[in-house]
Amino acid sequence: MPKQLPKTDVVIVGMGAAGGVASLPLTQAGLKVIGLEAGGWLSPRDFAPDELRNGSRNWPQSAQKAANEAPTVRATSNDVAVQGGHPMMNAVGGTTMHYWAQSWRLNPWDFKVVSATRERYGLERLPEDSTVEDWPFGYEELEPYYDKVEYTVGISGQAGNVQGRINEAGNIFEGERAREYPMQALRGSPFTERMSEAARAMGAHPFQGPAAITTEVFDGRAPCQYHGFCNKGGCHVQAKSSTAVTTIPKAVATGNLDVVTFARVTNIVTDNNGKVTGVDYIKGNETYFQPADVVLLGSYAYENVRLLLLSKSRAFPNGLANNSGQVGQHYFSHHQGAPVTALFPFDLHNWYGLPAQGTAIDNWADDNFDHSDLNFIGGANLWAHTDRKPMSAAKMSTFGEVRNWGSDWKAFIMQNADRTNSSYIQKTTLPYVGNYLDLDPTVKDTLGFPVTRITARYRDNEKRIAAYSQDKMEQWYLEAGASKVIRSGLGNTMGPSTHAYGGTRMGNNSQTNVVDQWGFAHEVPNLGILGASTMGTSGARNPTLTVQALAWRTAEYLANNWRSVVG
Amino acid sequence: MVQVKPGVRSCMPGFFNEWPGCTGTGSPRYTGLGIFASLKQPIPLEDAMKSNNNKGASAEQDQPQNPSRRNLLKNAGLVGAAVSSGAATQVIAADSTAQQFNATSPSMREALEVLTAEEAETLEAICDCLIPSDEHGPGAREARAVHYIDRALASHNIADRHDYMVSLTAINDYARQTRGKAYYDLIKDQQNSILLAVQQNKVPGCSPSASGFFNTVRSHTIDGTFCDPYYGGNQNFVGWDMVRYPGIRLSASETDVSRGAQLEPNHQSAYDHQTYTKMVKNMSPGEHGGGNNA
Repeated sequence: MPKQLPKTDVVIVGMGAAGGVASLPLTQAGLKVIGLEAGGWLSPRDFAPDELRNGSRNWPQSAQKAANEAPTVRATSNDVAVQGGHPMMNAVGGTTMHYWAQSWRLNPWDFKVVSATRERYGLERLPEDSTVEDWPFGYEELEPYYDKVEYTVGISGQAGNVQGRINEAGNIFEGERAREYPMQALRGSPFTERMSEAARAMGAHPFQGPAAITTEVFDGRAPCQYHGFCNKGGCHVQAKSSTAVTTIPKAVATGNLDVVTFARVTNIVTDNNGKVTGVDYIKGNETYFQPADVVLLGSYAYENVRLLLLSKSRAFPNGLANNSGQVGQHYFSHHQGAPVTALFPFDLHNWYGLPAQGTAIDNWADDNFDHSDLNFIGGANLWAHTDRKPMSAAKMSTFGEVRNWGSDWKAFIMQNADRTNSSYIQKTTLPYVGNYLDLDPTVKDTLGFPVTRITARYRDNEKRIAAYSQDKMEQWYLEAGASKVIRSGLGNTMGPSTHAYGGTRMGNNSQTNVVDQWGFAHEVPNLGILGASTMGTSGARNPTLTVQALAWRTAEYLANNWRSVVG
Repeated sequence: MVQVKPGVRSCMPGFFNEWPGCTGTGSPRYTGLGIFASLKQPIPLEDAMKSNNNKGASAEQDQPQNPSRRNLLKNAGLVGAAVSSGAATQVIAADSTAQQFNATSPSMREALEVLTAEEAETLEAICDCLIPSDEHGPGAREARAVHYIDRALASHNIADRHDYMVSLTAINDYARQTRGKAYYDLIKDQQNSILLAVQQNKVPGCSPSASGFFNTVRSHTIDGTFCDPYYGGNQNFVGWDMVRYPGIRLSASETDVSRGAQLEPNHQSAYDHQTYTKMVKNMSPGEHGGGNNA
């Protein structure tokens, strides 16, 4: 029998990007919160600038819970799913410890893809097999929460639209903001300046992207040192605004948050009335039951879906909150692949600097351009950034000039190690019939529970955006002086991704969505779900800030409506 | 950073017959010249030592005098490693006075953790084809990629150990069948043509396949040549110098960035910075919250 622990007001499963933010408004409102986290605490001492350990050996994820339950993947239900790696990490702070920290607001169009498309192009322009819906609210509803998160965790950036005043230095296509960012954008580099200049020559509007990285002393944390080991590495001076150094310590300081590390949640417990009563978790070799009035599920998209499907009960024989069969549906991995890689005839000076230090073009993102003569909706954010390390530099493409080893190759990399750049192109990705998550019938984790199975592939809309955006990216590189470009394939299977959406989608229709507009399950009033698993569209940019704004909004709603939620 | 101490040396394939201290693991097949057959112009031993010392001089100045775990590791492993790096071993091989180093304490010698002597010699020849020491400067041999791989196969890359055993033997068998000699005894052109056959999946008996093994060994050789020297490769920062990487900096100013490859290489390992030595006394207070429940 699990050891019964004292009851708490709220238990949050996962102390990452979402749960870490939600803990703050709850504890500030005086609620007692237990945060269960599968990983441990990390400190700046752990974040050595070590390309081999971080980038290649995947420290520390390779030994973690997530690695034990990496999803299996197949393109269609006719294929056999194969297990790969898991892109996320377990730690207090979760993947905000080692992410690139790009922190965007979605474009207003992303909230109303269906209605805006119908209005501008006619409904027939929506891909007919897509299950996309409008969000239950618009950008304006989320704006105050974006603002709270930007000012609480610390986001740097250049605003492009403050209360309708357009600033060409920022993103002129962004939704209206109440105020500027709390910190100026990360500085440019010789390479991003060159790319920005080339973008302007193309008639585009380049701008420095926003990042959860300090550019001045913020809340007692030092500014970014630009040493360039953000990718799969934490920050040695805590300039990266991970929840582990922002909202979580603040929540702990209220005295109302207890973080339990290395806790592996195995079941969300339900009573016969269909309400959740708490969670079972394993820590060490003991099993505990943590009772709570409210459960907030804030693990990653794959684990949110998995834990719901594993939590079967008399009230929910097909998995928790799944009596309408929507858990796992409307899943999609962000189309971030299909890059263009360029070779320049001069050094780019990219040995230092971080991936969030880049220049963006949004002219061909979302619905910022006329699609009348195009055969897709949505678009792509084009991102050119610094980030070069010796091992990955040595593994650069040879652009067909030499065999990939030997004396000629050595001479090639000696000359070109700092002369190549690969773009990051994030594309509108939609949910479709036939793309879903469920439990794998054969592959299990180390405890014997089935892992998540991804069945999903990109469709024509994503591939057409990919091809179109590659044209633009190629043009951009050539304008900046590139001598050669290579375009990668357009993609097919939706593999495990750091940008995984859907599976517990948010919407007013309880027959097509798992959670309501506040993030609480239609079928389970005291179960809230946090994370991109609630998002129904991707936009053309990183999801974390939107995840955090939604988490704040769900937590604030809970604190303000405690009696009605608890019932 | 790396000090070369006379009297410290390691066993490498090729020396078994000349070095009594190294007998016991040798194979009669080795004649003492194996991997050094291409040696043309040995540089004087003193110069090699001096050059090694100079390489490390700037980093050494930043080193605290107190022995940390990192320094202990370095003294045990990396220092020993330096002696058998390309230049120094070539010198030893060619130097008739090398006998004087024979008195080395056995505990100071360096072991192969995973590879057999023949596997190591075969791998050394492969690495030297992949990233050759040539007119453009040192390569995988000077970086000690084999030393890196041997240690990686005992730890992080233990799952690849079987592929190395099987494939290195298969490549030698193929070399003997088609050229009449072990791979490492062939001249460079022959080695290159066999390695190309491996890449093109034409050599039987490899695991998981010849081309699969090629990709693995290429990737590991790059890792061993360009990784942080803490891991036993990129000896004397030859890999970072090769691609003109100016080195790890905990802070990079705009001036640093704009100078780029014009910056003086600082030749520091990540673990030359005390921040990352994991000593408990370095822990900042108040970073743990909660924990009262379970």
